[in-house]
Amino acid sequence: MGSLKFLIRKEMIQFRRNKFLPRLIFAFPVVIMLVAPLIANMDVKGVKLAVVDMDRSELSSRIRSHLGASDNLSLRLVTDDYHEAFCLLEAGKADVILSIPAGFEHSFASGQPEKIKVDANAVNATRGTLGAQYAVLAAGGALREMNPTLQAEEMSVRYFYNETLDYRFYMIPAFIVILILLVCCFIPALNLVQEKEKGTIEQINVTPVSKLDFTLSKLIPYWVIGLVVISEAILTVGLVYGLWPAGNIGGIYLAAFLFALAMSGFAVTVANFSDTLQQSIFVMFFFVMLFMLMGGLLTPIGSMPAWAQWVTQAFPTRHFIAIMRSLYLKGTTVAELGINYLGLVILGIFFSITAMVSYRKQE
Amino acid sequence: MQIKLSSFVRKEMLHILRDPRTMLVVLVIPVVLILLFGFTVSTDVNHIDVAVCAPVRSDAVRKTLERLCRTDLFRFKGFIDVPDIDTRLRTGKASAVVVLADDYETSGRYQVILDGADVNTARVSEGYLRGVIGGGGQDLFVMQQVYNPEMKSAFNFIPGILGMIFLLICAIMTSVSIVREKETGTMEVLLVSPVKPAYIIVSKMIPYLLLSLVDLAIILLLAYYVLDVPLSGGVWNIILFSVVYLVLALALGMVVSNVAKSQIAALLMSALVMMMPVLFFSGMLFPPDNLPWALRWITYIIPARWYIDAMRKLMIEGVGLRSVLLEGGILLAETLALLAAAMKRFSDRLEG
Repeated sequence: MGSLKFLIRKEMIQFRRNKFLPRLIFAFPVVIMLVAPLIANMDVKGVKLAVVDMDRSELSSRIRSHLGASDNLSLRLVTDDYHEAFCLLEAGKADVILSIPAGFEHSFASGQPEKIKVDANAVNATRGTLGAQYAVLAAGGALREMNPTLQAEEMSVRYFYNETLDYRFYMIPAFIVILILLVCCFIPALNLVQEKEKGTIEQINVTPVSKLDFTLSKLIPYWVIGLVVISEAILTVGLVYGLWPAGNIGGIYLAAFLFALAMSGFAVTVANFSDTLQQSIFVMFFFVMLFMLMGGLLTPIGSMPAWAQWVTQAFPTRHFIAIMRSLYLKGTTVAELGINYLGLVILGIFFSITAMVSYRKQE
Repeated sequence: MQIKLSSFVRKEMLHILRDPRTMLVVLVIPVVLILLFGFTVSTDVNHIDVAVCAPVRSDAVRKTLERLCRTDLFRFKGFIDVPDIDTRLRTGKASAVVVLADDYETSGRYQVILDGADVNTARVSEGYLRGVIGGGGQDLFVMQQVYNPEMKSAFNFIPGILGMIFLLICAIMTSVSIVREKETGTMEVLLVSPVKPAYIIVSKMIPYLLLSLVDLAIILLLAYYVLDVPLSGGVWNIILFSVVYLVLALALGMVVSNVAKSQIAALLMSALVMMMPVLFFSGMLFPPDNLPWALRWITYIIPARWYIDAMRKLMIEGVGLRSVLLEGGILLAETLALLAAAMKRFSDRLEG
């Protein structure tokens, strides 16, 4: 175990002597946390709406003015020709078409209303669904004014944990995860493969350094770096966006440590199996994409098929993103997230073992 | 010259073929990515866990509950009491709670409490609940999705993945492989051969271009036959755009390889100037419309943005070539500019 201390010192010296890496570690988290929340905005706003008004009645003009007044909609076209509206949609200049059928006012007054048709461009499914909902909500407001019986049922809505539904608050915890993912995946893998390509790994191989010591010396620096990165990120987000964790900060650090353990172990495993930089990058890229997009970063895990949900149990990102979102926004306790912590512990141990076993040192 | 160029291409081919693992990785990974995303990732919201809080279990409550359970959208998670609402939402055991008033039978008043931490899910759930529980003239509307009626999110991801993978293969792989020749010193050996320097670079690109075309073919076949992406804008248009984009990516790789001195530097440079912008600014994941104006300007210079835009139109919306002329023009201009920059830098370096 004595040699471990010196090996870690070697890694630290190499890290410091590198012109690029220290700067990267300090600047990257700050820049990403400053910019990313501005970019990662999937809020659905300014939905472009075309209205096909075939009725041209008092009621339909009331509906139109309600639609025009909605904050989330921007009225682009009013026409009585469905084809014209559809061309607009095809050209990407409208997201939603709302068509009021001819004779609507009359049928509405008679109590047997014809249906208002809402077409949404669902190439972007979320935008399509929400855009259609906004239109229905706004038009419904106009109808309710005209016919108070529609108001019989009343609904009020409250959003917990993020009352203004600020999308940034949803993405920030997940971006901290991505940050640690990128740092703890790519840097250890590149570092190790570079030693292979330069041949310096051979020099280590001929020394009596044990597998365990060598692997640990490649992992421990990244656990430290992971914790530095998350501290930077938490501070940046807190100071700039005013978002501080609602839950236990110790819980966040514990999760970050376990996640860094799992990811750096994984990275070293990939590096052990690759001979060239090209190979390791492509493989890493594949897994990073997988971890990101299937870990619940952008799309809800709950809407995946059941088998895929099972597969994601093996993704450290899934657990860490869940933990971060709950701790940051909802103030969930560590005990309530026990299952996710357990997942991270298991994955952390698993990948550390694979990292050690896959290091092929000829004894 | 022809013969020499072809023998150089053969050399590069051999480099790649001798490394079957990289080949396998380059060919298999896009397939796996497309299939996994096609079948699993979806932005649709369904199976919303709903708990109901109803102090008085009247007939009206039971009817509302029946309506909730009838659709696939909701999973009923049992009745709860008011103090439990926060716990349920906080632990994620429910993402929405419907509170029916004591006098629900007569007044129809109810409240929906949602887990606002997940913004879009909360919004969509609200709309669905409103629609199912009713009130406010919801039944006057009929909603319909044009394009992508089953709302497969894969449709949205495929153009993005194409844009990403081509950049990876063409730009990153070529730049790394050129810089590796520099690092190992074999570049000097190549430069003293009687072949024009430009041909050396061209011969490095051809194998990666071919590999990318194979990938393109595989992805298009998968998209059409397995994922039912319509590709209604015409396969040849798609291929045309992709080839332009591939050349652009190759030129980008050349620029990087001219600047970078080591493989790691080439990689980090590619990651910083290519991967990050593509992930963030290309519209692959996040809609550019939502960006603050200053950042939106950045997206206008990112080639992947135009490529992904054009691909979405051609693959999913099925509009003709005329609707993507703008995207095509910009891509072409950027390609030419990058090619010129790459060639200029290259000859500068040789003479200097």
